[in-house]
Order: sequence, then C-alpha cells, then structure tokens
Amino acid sequence: MDKYLKTADTDWYKQRITGVIVCALAAFVVLLIRLIVLQVIMGDEYRHLSLNNSIRLQSIDPPRGRLYDRNGDLLVDNRPSFDVNITLKDAAPLNPTLDKLALHLRTPADALLSQIKQTRGVSAYSPLLLQQDVGRDMLASIEVNKFDLPGVSVNVNLRRHYIRERQAAHLIGYLSEISPAELKSGSYPDCRSGDLIGKFGAEKVYQNSLRGKRGGRQVEVNANGLVVRILKTVAAEPGHNVYLTIDQNLQHRAEALLEGVVGAAVAVEPSTGKILALASSPSFDQNSFVGGITRAQWKSLISNPFRPMSNRAIQGEYPPGSTYKIITALAGLQEGVIDDQSVMHCPGYYRFGNRIYRCWKRGGHGKVDIIKAVEESCDVFFYQVGQRLGVDRLAWYAKAFGLGSPTGVHLDHEAHGLIPTAAWKKRRTGVPWQEGETLSIAIGQGFNLATPIQMAVLAAAVANGGHRYRPLILDNIKLVGGQILQKNKPQLIGKLPVSPAHLERVKLGLWKVVNGENGTARGSRLADIDFSGKTGTSQVISRKGNESMAEEDMPVHLRSHAWFVAYAPSEKPTIAVAVVIEHGEHGSGAAAPIAKEMIKAFLRKAPVNAQVAAQKESADTANGG
Amino acid sequence: MFDRRLVQYFDWGLMGLAILIGCVGLITLYSAVTAETPAPQKVLFYKQLLWFSVGLIAMVSAFLFNYKILDRWAQPIYFGCIALLLAVLFFGKYVGGSRRWLIIGPVSLQPSELVKVAVIIALARYYSKDAKTSGYTLRELVRPLMIIMLPVLLIGMQPDLGTAGLVVLIAGSITVFVKIERRSFIYLIGSGAVMVPLIWLFLKDYQKQRILTFLDPDRDPLGAGYHIIQSKIAIGSGMLSGKGFLKGTQNALSFLPEEHTDFIFSVLAEEWGFLGSVTLVLLFLILIIWSLNVAHACREPFGTILAVGVTAMIFWQALINIGMSMGLLPVVGVPLPFVSYGGSSVLTTAISIGLLLNVSMRRFMLD
Repeated sequence: MDKYLKTADTDWYKQRITGVIVCALAAFVVLLIRLIVLQVIMGDEYRHLSLNNSIRLQSIDPPRGRLYDRNGDLLVDNRPSFDVNITLKDAAPLNPTLDKLALHLRTPADALLSQIKQTRGVSAYSPLLLQQDVGRDMLASIEVNKFDLPGVSVNVNLRRHYIRERQAAHLIGYLSEISPAELKSGSYPDCRSGDLIGKFGAEKVYQNSLRGKRGGRQVEVNANGLVVRILKTVAAEPGHNVYLTIDQNLQHRAEALLEGVVGAAVAVEPSTGKILALASSPSFDQNSFVGGITRAQWKSLISNPFRPMSNRAIQGEYPPGSTYKIITALAGLQEGVIDDQSVMHCPGYYRFGNRIYRCWKRGGHGKVDIIKAVEESCDVFFYQVGQRLGVDRLAWYAKAFGLGSPTGVHLDHEAHGLIPTAAWKKRRTGVPWQEGETLSIAIGQGFNLATPIQMAVLAAAVANGGHRYRPLILDNIKLVGGQILQKNKPQLIGKLPVSPAHLERVKLGLWKVVNGENGTARGSRLADIDFSGKTGTSQVISRKGNESMAEEDMPVHLRSHAWFVAYAPSEKPTIAVAVVIEHGEHGSGAAAPIAKEMIKAFLRKAPVNAQVAAQKESADTANGG
Repeated sequence: MFDRRLVQYFDWGLMGLAILIGCVGLITLYSAVTAETPAPQKVLFYKQLLWFSVGLIAMVSAFLFNYKILDRWAQPIYFGCIALLLAVLFFGKYVGGSRRWLIIGPVSLQPSELVKVAVIIALARYYSKDAKTSGYTLRELVRPLMIIMLPVLLIGMQPDLGTAGLVVLIAGSITVFVKIERRSFIYLIGSGAVMVPLIWLFLKDYQKQRILTFLDPDRDPLGAGYHIIQSKIAIGSGMLSGKGFLKGTQNALSFLPEEHTDFIFSVLAEEWGFLGSVTLVLLFLILIIWSLNVAHACREPFGTILAVGVTAMIFWQALINIGMSMGLLPVVGVPLPFVSYGGSSVLTTAISIGLLLNVSMRRFMLD
C-alpha cells in the first residue's frame, strides 16, 4: 500500500519526462522518414509531375433536371453543345495558336485575343470559353488538328433547350450566368463563377432541385494540356425532374389565342388550385438567354413598350371591372342589404347627389333582380348595393375573396393588387372618402386593382363552392429514376364567407351571363359545354357623365381593358379561367372568346394528333414569318 | 529586489531557437503570399511581421513575473478565455460557415488559440496538488474533464473541430503525463472501445461519410484528396536542394490550397528541398527536447507540468501540420507554430515560449 500512496516527487517527474522525450523522438523519426521517401526517393517522379502542373481537376457539370407538364410532356430538355475552350498555359505561344484556331472558327484572331483579354482574373490553368455551340463540322476540323492547336479543347456540354420557343416563358423562366452577388449570398452552395442558374420563373424557384451535384475528375495532362490519364472520377449527380401542373396543350392554345394582343390568361383546376395554364403576352425567347444574351438583345427586351419580360398573369394589376360584381352581389346577399326578391329599377342612369352615374346600357335594364343584374351586368343595381354596403364592408368581402394580397403562387414578384378602404384613401391622399366613390368601387372601377391570377383563384373558389386554394405550379418532383421525391398537395388558404344558398343564386346569374337570353357573354356560349362566367370592362380613364365618345374612336392606350372570368362545366367544374386583354375594349368581345376557346381545348381534348399537327403548322408559320 | 541569478539562468538558447524558427517562418510566408494568384497578398506578410513584434512583447511579459503566481491566476485566466469563446459564438465574424474570430477594432482575434494556454495553466494547477505516483483515479479525473470539455464544446460549436480536437490532445497528453491509475486507464480505454462502434451506429449516413473522408482523403478526390496530392507533389518536387526561394511552381500557381496557413510547410519543402525541410523539422525537434529539458530541470510540479503542457501544444501542432502536408495524417486546419500566417497563433506560441523561459530562469527558486 505504501508504494501506491507515494507522493509524486521531482525524481518521479524526471522519469516520466524521459518517457515523453522518447515518444516525441519516435514521432519525429516518422516525419523524417516520410520526408526522405517523398523528396529523395520519389523526388524525381514528383518533380516531373510538378513541371507541367500536370495533375489538374476538371469539373463535370451535372445535367440539369428536365421540366415536364402534368401529362409528362417534355417542356425543357438539355441538348449537347460543342464548346471551344483554350487553356492559356498550354496554348503558349498564344498568337500562332490563335491564328490557326481563327481559321477553324472563322473568326478573326484579333477578336479571339480581345475576348481572352476581357476575362481577367482567370487562372492560366483553367479552360477559358471561346465559342459556344460550334457545329459538327467545326468540331471535326478542330479535333483533327488538335495536335497543332496546343491548349485548345472542345468540350461537350449540356445546353438548356426550351422545346417550344416562347411557350410558358414567364412560368418556366430562363437560365443566366450567376452574378458575383449571388455567388456571395450563400444561396448557391455548389455553384461557381460562370455557372448558369435559374433567374426567373420555375427555373429559379426550383433551382436547387433542378441543379444536381457537380462532379469532377482528377487528370494528368501532358505539356500540350492533353489529358493522358484520368486518375479519379466523381460522377456528377443529375438534377431532379420537375413536373409542372400546367397542361401543355391548353398552355399552347392560350398563347396562340393571345398572339398579337397584350394580356394574360390563367386557368386553374378548381378542386386543387393547380394552374393549368399561365400565359402572358407578349412573351420572350428563353433560348436566347442560354448562350448568354447580348447587351443589345437585353436592351431591346427591357425597352420594349409592351414589356415582354413582365409576367402579366401575376404582375399585371388592372381594375377588375364588372367581374368584381360577383363580390358585390355576394356581399349584398350575405349582409342582407338585398335578397333574392329585391327588385330595382334601372332607367340607364343613377342619380347620386348632384351627379349622374350611368349604366353601361343607355336605355336601362328596367326592372332588375339579382340574377338579371348579374346576367346583364346592370351597373345601376350594383351602385345601389354598393351604396348600401359602404366601402369598408365591400373591401372586407373583397379581401376575403383574395383580392388585395398575393395569392402565394410559387413565383417571384407577384403583385398585391389593391382594395381601397376609407382609411386607406385618407392615409394615402389625405382626402376623406367620397361616398360617390363607393359606387365606382361596387362595379370594380376606381381604385380597385386585381391581377389575373387573383381573379382566376376567385373564379375557382366560386366554382368549387367556396374553397380558396393556393395556386400551384408544381405537381411533383421526381428523381431521374422516376421515383417521386416530393408531391405537392392542395393548400386551402381560405373560404368565401358566404352561405351556399347565396352562392348558388349568384352562380345561376353567372350561368345566365353565358347562356341567358340577354347574357353579356351569350356570343361565346358553346353547344356541348355548359359554362358560366362574368364579363368585365375596366376603364383606363374615368368617363364623365355626359361624355359620349365611342370606344373605337379613342386612342388605343385609353381604351378599356377587357376581362372575362369563367368556369366549366357549370356543374362540377374542372377548369376556372381568368383572361384580361389590355385595351381590348369589351370583356364580351375580346376576353370571353379566348376563355371559351381555352375551355373548349381543355374539355374537348381534341385528338392529340390533330393538335400536334396544328402546333407544327403554327410553328412553321412562325418560322416563316 | 532583483535577483541576479534571473539573468544568469536566462535560457538564451531557447529564445534563440524560437527566433530562428520565426525567421524561417517569415521567409516561407513571404514566398507563400507573394505567389498568391491572382493578386499577391504581401500585406499579410507585413501583418505577420507586426504580430511577431507584438508576440515579442508578449513573450517578454510572460517571463518577467514569477510564473508561480499563475497558480493563483489560473481561474480568472481560464474563465476570461471562456468568456471570449462565448463572445465569439454571439458576436464572432461569420466566415465560410463558422464563427471563429472576434473583431476588436482593427484586430481580429481567435480566442480558441488563447484558450489552449488557459487550459494548460488550469490543468497544471489541478495536477500539481497532491499528485501520487499511482496516478489519478476516475473520480479524481472528473474535475479536469470538466475543465477540458467546457472549452472543447464551445470551440466545437463554432464549429472548429480541428482546434477542439487539438485541445483534447494537449489536455490528454498532460493527463497521461501525470499518470492515470492503471485500473482507471484500462476502464477508460475499454469504455472508449465500446462507445466508438455504438456512436457509429447512431450517426447519420452523411456524417459517417464525412468521418471516413476525414480519415481517408482519397475518398474525396475533388477536395481534400486533390489538395493532398498537390501538397505531396510540391514537397516531393523540392527534391534534395529545392527549386529556390520564390521559385516554387505548385505554390506559385495556387495549386496549393491555403498555402499561407495550413499548407505552408509544402511551400518551404518545395523551395528549399530536403535540406530546408529537414532543417525546420529538426529545429522543431530540438525546441521540443529543449523544452522538455526545461520541465526536467524544474524542481516543483506546477512548473514541470506547465512546461510539459506547453511543449505538448507545440509538439502536436508541428506533428499534425507537417504530417498532414505529407499525407500521413487527415487534413485539418492546424497552424504550424511561428510559421503559418495568423496573429492569434503567433501570439499564443510566443506566450508559450515566454512561459517556458519563465520556468527555466526560475528553476533555482524554491519556496
């Protein structure tokens, strides 16, 4: 026991230190042996490898995920592109090499040189892109002469290919080179300078799923920079495939219908909120972004007065016009300021204070009840309903119907729209609310602003009995192997605060808009498909009571916007649509026919072959023109 | 009252060794930062020069007072450093996914470097009281374990697993030096052997992958594996006499990652060859044996353990950094003392050398 309880003394520590010295010596002997092995025994071999810096890393870009529509039709693919690169270190002496290369590329050598000089800060060891997407002939002539072209290499890269030019461009988006700020932000962990990332639309929103994971290989190169040995390879992981909710045929139809006009069309599946089509016109060519858009091209896109880059379906804010009467009607019934027996007289105008508020129909509608008011879009009826409700109660309903705030669709820069209240106007302009303004609000004019997607969701909610679903663009994300990684579920975001009986009443009115004797959209009714809707004409300028200029005589930019919201079939609807045509004058004339054609295309499911043929034809004419 | 023996016993050899290593370090660093592409970062060299001057002052301050008062100051120093570690977690600068630096005016400080010395002092204080030749039992090891684990956890949360592991290694070396009682030692080893496979079972797949890659860089041929190959090419291509000052090619073209910190040894080995790298390795070996000799000559436990602890710190950093550069050890960011760029590292090493000088020059003093 004595031995175990002995206090540690100086001698004992000295003994331990001797042990420590032995351990330290042993460890350093290992280091020294390793040094001898690396520098003396294997030194020659390493010196040789170092002369050329022969061991290099080559990046393997991952194939980006594809985009499909709801039926599995391919929307966006990747196709091979032959890109000519030069590695400056291996290309020395540079000028003779460039002279020779210039012959193959049919570009002046000076141009190539200035292109190289433009890209500063790039290591002499990393390949520098000279020309993208050269043809097979050029590829062949360079490959055959590659021993004469040190440092020049042709790589096969995958290039994004948007199969149908301009189709769903605002929804799908485009790719563009990552900016320094985006690189720094940390949101793109696997990316480096020069990578293409989604900048707009679904390409941006689902960037991380589509991207995949970069791979690479360790290679040994010779003095010409040619790979002599691949040492190790890490395969790139392909990105996931994204299936959108849109129906490509319907989308195509909507875009064909919007050709030549400025406007937007949105179609939604009422039972889920899935977007069936989302078109904005004019559109732009996404393929032009893939190879790097030129300054001039970008400038012309941005300065185009019709703003093709703006997604009017979610960013366009327009007074909803008479489509808003759906809200006024339901709010009036629900609040009890009218009932289904209420009858008002429309002489063609309504006198309020010392002003005259006109009905769109000069001669008036005579005796009007709620159903007739909706069917014939009687302004005088809704002036009075609005007056009885007051602006704030009306605003409360409009907001409950989803107006005035973004729908939450998974796309960037969605607009809010605007639903005015008395407090809002006081805050904004300093002037108190005028009761006369309530009358304009009740028929969807005045300060009111709504986006096509908000109106489509509203139409879908009316159609499905009052459920507001968040509009979805993503159906599911699948692994390359086909297994479903993520499936998007319908998301209920609200319910219309109205009783089923009132909703049925107004829906009868909406049915009559299309199918009734005096319906405002009677011209668009279909023999085999029973659908309901509401027209709208939203004034760009407020018209004075005694003004009598006809729409056709006005300058185009002052003409009214045309609206139409609809759902079909009237019983158990499967599609709800909102269409707006800028300066289209009348909802019934400009917007309703487009909605009708969309409904027809979606519900009739014309034989696929016929559609393909039609598409080919239109593509041909587009190319020809 | 100034004791003349303090001057008489001053360890000029130790200080000379340290300054010599510092000079080799500065020359190598100059080469490393000059070669940085695309833009040379010579400013780093001048910053390092400034830190060396600060380090010199710190070294002198660390031997002017009698180290025995550290026995009383151990706790305040320890908790001061813990406070700094906490401050890093809350106010630290976020760089590359972790918080390691405190920015104080123009200076950025890495408290995890300083905490190493604080832990050594705290352990020296604990182990110098009634140590027995039979070693420490498990029960007695609870307190030192707490002293170690608190900073280790805080550093791990930054996260800086390399430095956290280093603290464990240094503290473990000190503990083994003062001896763990035989049965406790077997128990510790045994429970470790059981725990490791158990923990392995509970790890997520990506965590396992990360550990495997850490142990075997070849599994990551585009990252650590590539860096190791380039580092080995750099060292090997130096051959016997090197490519010459500022003539390294691996270094010059950024083929080496982190060439002024983690892979600085490769820069030296490429440019100065076997002769140069052996010189540096031997300088470190002499420094370590010299320091252990200081511990050996010290006649009281606190000074002995303090000297052994500080030596262990220099030893492990040199061994891990050089071993990693040569592909012997996993890739971890451990600075090579006095050679790698980094103010906090220079400061900490200078203080350590100062403490060794302190213990050495007061070896005649017995209370």
